[in-house]
Formats: sequence, C-alpha cells, structure tokens
Amino acid sequence: MEIKMANLTKIFISKDKKEVHAVDHVDLVIPSGKLIGLLGPSGCGKSTTLYLIAGLLRQTEGEIYFGEEEMSETPPEKRGIGLVFQNYALYPHMTVRENILFPLENLKVEKEEAKKRTFEMAKLVGLEEMLDRKPKELSGGQQQRVAIARALVKTPRVLLLDEPLSNLDARLRLQTREEIKRIQRETKITTVFVTHDQEEAMSISDEIVVMKDGIIQQMGEPQEVYDKPTNLFVAKFLGNPQINVFDGEIKNKEILIENMFVGKRDLPDQKVFIGVRPEGFIIDQENKSSFHFKVDLVETIGRDTTLIFDMQDDSINILDKKTFKAIIDAGFRIKAGDVVHFNIKPEKMHLFDINGTIL
Amino acid sequence: MEKKNNLRAWLYLAPLLILMAVFTFYPLINAFIVSSYKGYLPLSGTADEIDFFYNFGVILKNPLFKKAVINTFIIAGVSVPVSILLSLLIAVSLKSIPKLKGFFQTIYFLPYVTNTIAIGMAFAFMFHEDYGVINLILGWFGISPVNWLGGTASYAAQMIALLILTIWNGLAFKILVFTSGLENIDKQYYDAAKIDSASKWTVFKRITVPLLSPLILYISITSVIGALKAYNSVVGLFGDVKLGAQNNSMITIVAFVYQYKDGYTDKGYISYAAAASIILFFITAVISILQTVVSKKRVHY
Repeated sequence: MEIKMANLTKIFISKDKKEVHAVDHVDLVIPSGKLIGLLGPSGCGKSTTLYLIAGLLRQTEGEIYFGEEEMSETPPEKRGIGLVFQNYALYPHMTVRENILFPLENLKVEKEEAKKRTFEMAKLVGLEEMLDRKPKELSGGQQQRVAIARALVKTPRVLLLDEPLSNLDARLRLQTREEIKRIQRETKITTVFVTHDQEEAMSISDEIVVMKDGIIQQMGEPQEVYDKPTNLFVAKFLGNPQINVFDGEIKNKEILIENMFVGKRDLPDQKVFIGVRPEGFIIDQENKSSFHFKVDLVETIGRDTTLIFDMQDDSINILDKKTFKAIIDAGFRIKAGDVVHFNIKPEKMHLFDINGTIL
Repeated sequence: MEKKNNLRAWLYLAPLLILMAVFTFYPLINAFIVSSYKGYLPLSGTADEIDFFYNFGVILKNPLFKKAVINTFIIAGVSVPVSILLSLLIAVSLKSIPKLKGFFQTIYFLPYVTNTIAIGMAFAFMFHEDYGVINLILGWFGISPVNWLGGTASYAAQMIALLILTIWNGLAFKILVFTSGLENIDKQYYDAAKIDSASKWTVFKRITVPLLSPLILYISITSVIGALKAYNSVVGLFGDVKLGAQNNSMITIVAFVYQYKDGYTDKGYISYAAAASIILFFITAVISILQTVVSKKRVHY
C-alpha cells in the first residue's frame, strides 16, 4: 500500500495561544512494501506525522492517501493500520494471547480462525511459548514483539512504529532491530517507523526521511543521504562521530580553511561551511599538504584511532572550543602534540553556503 | 539513641492513640463485655450473671431484629452495585466532555458536602404523595400517584424511595474516586484500543473496568461497610421515631442498636444493643473478607 501525503500540515495551539507548526506542508510518497525510517531530533514532527497517518490526530490541512483512497475522513479503526506505541501500550491485565486476540475479536473474526492467526503471529515474533503470560512477566524486547504481533495480526495495510527501540537496552536494541527488519521482509508490509537515532534508522530502513521543524529535509536511501546531504542539518544529523564543520572560504576557486588549501571548486569567492566526515581525512606522510594541525588527544579503540584537535582559537573557555575528529587507521603511531598533515577525500568533503545549503 | 527515638515516636503517636483508646478500643471491648451480661442495668452496674450466648439468643429470635437485618441487606445488596455502576458510567461520560467536566463534577459532588438528614428531608418532600415532584413527573407519563412514604405506603414503595436516596447520596464520592482513577489510566491504552477497532462498550468492559478494578474493589468494600451502617437516611426520610411509613418498617441494624441503647433503663436492653452491634461487626468483617477473596482473581493491580 503506497502512502501519499500532500501538503500535510498540523498546527497545534500552544498554551500561550501561539501556533506551532508541528508538521509543515509535507509532501511525501512512501512506496509500497518498503521500510521507511522517519528521522529527526525530538520535536521535529516525526511522531505527529505518524499519528496523522494513523488517524489518531487530525491534520489542519492537506491530504493523506492510502493508494488512491483519501483517508482524512476515515477514523483510525477503519484505516487498516497497525500501530506499535513507544511504550507498547500492551493491555496489562490481558495475557499475551488476549492482547494479540483483542483486535481480531473486535473485527469479529471467526473464533477458530482468530486462534490460528494468533498462534501464527506469536510464532512469527518467536513468542509461541509465552502466550499465557502477562506483559509484565516479559522482558522489554518480548513486550515489544507482542506489540508488533498485536499490530500485525489483523493483517493491516500499513505498519506504523513509534520509536520502537527507545525503551530497550543496547543489546536488545540491536537484536530487535534485526527482528523488525526480518518481520517486515517476511510480511512485505509497508512500514513507517519513527526514530531519533540515526544509526538505527540507517541500519534497517530501505529509505530514510529526515525531518526538522516539521519540514522534510531530505529523503532517500540511507547511504545516499549520508553521502550526498542536501544541507548542513542533514549532514550533521547523520553519522557518528558527527561530521566536522569548518569555517572556510573560497578564494580564486580554491577551498581554504584558515588560509590552508584543502581543495578546488569552481565557485565564486564566498564564505562557506566545509563539512568533512571523520573518515574523510588521509594522513599525508610526506607532510606536503598545507592542511595541518596539532593533535590534542588520541583515542584508539580497536581498529580505529580517533584524533581530536582544535583549530588555533582564541577562546579560553574549554567548553566553547570547537573540536574536530579524524578517524584513521590504528596502524599510524601518532601521539598527542604531534603536528599532522592531511589530505581530504573529495567525496567526503561537502561545501555549504552560509545558509547551510549544499553548494 | 534507639530508645530515645522510640520514646519520641510514641509521643507523636500519643494524641491519636489516646483518642482511639478512649473512643474506639475501649467501647469495642466494652461492647463485647456488656454483650455477655444477662440482666444488666448500667445505672446500678449490676448484672444477674455472665452468659456469653444469652443476649445473642434473645435478639436472634427477635422479629424486629430479623426485619432490621433483612432491610439492611436489601439496602446494601441493591444500593452498592447500582451506585457503583451508575457512578462508573457517569465518570466515564464526564471524561468525554472535558469542557463541562468541572461544572458537572461540582454538581455531582454537592450531595457529599450536604448533611444526610437534610437530604433525607428534601427527599421526603419530593416523595410526598400529593405535592411531591416524583409523583408529578410520574403523572406526565400517565402513572397515578404512588404513596411512597405515607402511613399506608407499601413496603416496596418505601424501600424504593429509601434506595433512591441511598444510591444518590453515595454517588458523589464514588464519582470523585472514579474520575481521578480514570485520569490515571494511560491515554495510550485508549489509542491502542481505537487502532484495534474496539467499540465504546468493548473499551469500557475490557479496558476501563479491568484497569479500574483495584479502585472498584476499594469502593465496593467501603460502600458495603457504609451501607451496612445505614441509619441517617432512614431518619432523614421517616424521622427517628417511626423509622418507616409504618412503625419500624424500615428499621436497620444500626437503628435497632439505637433503640435498645435508648432503653438502657430497662433491664438487659443495653446488652441486647451490644450483641446486635457485635453481630453487625461480624457481618461486616465476613462480607469484607469474602469480597477481597472472591475478587482476587478479577482485580488487576
């Protein structure tokens, strides 16, 4: 089921009577059968978008289409959606079986059929042994899977997940992440999930949608968005460690950071932000490159070494100091205090104008 | 150090403990003692002999006591479930009108802050055969006036009037408790139920009631205890002399206790009152325990 949003807007009135545009004229097409990650910092409108799709919130403006069908007037129970809430919202007084059965009972599915489907669903999420337990007797990951089973048992057209992994510990998160991907592949159901964790979104989504202030910043395959961010926000939001952003300028088609030459671009003279991914630095062992700096700190973790440095900066306050990170092969023996010369991989360097738009 | 703290703790507890000892524990123990005297006269402080079962035997054979027990059981048995169901429905309905909620909450809470005797008197007028608003309304539907409280009123009519008063009087507190209970239920369960295509009735039956079940149990135990102590409502509606349209026709266990206590100048009467109050004590205890045990499986904490 393809989901299409056209000019979708949701305005909340805050307590001091101000309008807050939680979702601001969003146009978005979610292709059928894909797993889409809605990604953004908290308050960016991603959950609101999800609830608008679910019908639990009513949009101020715009339309939502499921296939060809316009859904604005359709109440949530008629939209054919499955929704997994952030804290799962499992009915605490019902067993796992009753929780999964509940939607089928409401849809008046024939009893034997409902039982069969409940069991199949429990099997899909690997909980067929736990059917008679209460939610509080399950671990967070298991509860999560019950919530997914409950959402899927009525064979919805669309599966929506609201921050599905945020309540799990790190190990479970990895495991559940794979689980969601597997279930989505097996059921081929169009799935939208909301997260603020870029790593999570990038690792399981077919495509990600980056949002900020209710506006879609960029949509595309995770690697593509990572490699070709359309603006500074997206570049900064994706990737861990974060992209390094240098204040630089273009002079005579040369890209300069603190008057050190780092590359060439055919652009008019102007001030620019230069984003360099931490993995984009290459150590120049012959010290020919003019781009150099003194290393403040060296962190070696496993196969990677992270060099931390700051530019010549007058600010005394250590917290205000802008630091930069370069990830290099652990094979290089570099100590704090060394002056290192670098070349920058051109595909890892992104230029943005002073408004943050890609150049 | 330990000892000093202990002393201080006792000191802080003392005011309440002393009051409880004087007005609760002593009377309770004394009631047991008095109930074991045969032919006791409190003014002279003399009794014929000590017999633990004599007074119980006498009042259990007393037809007035039987009537009091039956009346009390009817009041508790009908008013408690009906008022719980009504207050639940009202609390749930209040939730769906957030704007007028405060207004209606105040209205529903008014009976709680009003004196029961005053309410009873107001109801007595409302149920008046000739001038009462109840019969006026019934008249609109072509029902001829009912003699609710008059001298020849039927047992059913007086009991219905008394029950309506009791139920209405008990609603306020229950609504208050249930509304605050509802506010503590995570809204997400209702969103989830909506997504799960549950009808309003299903949501009430399968989600609201089970999630409120600890409160429902609490309310049902306290209101059964309250209903077993029914007395004020009878006095308010019928006056403390007649206790019913006919003499003593609406007598309750507590009213029975009062009557015999007032007859303390007669030999042995105060012991009958004590025995009746102890029977009420055990009835209350047994029912409360039963409620807790029976509901154990149906209450979800």
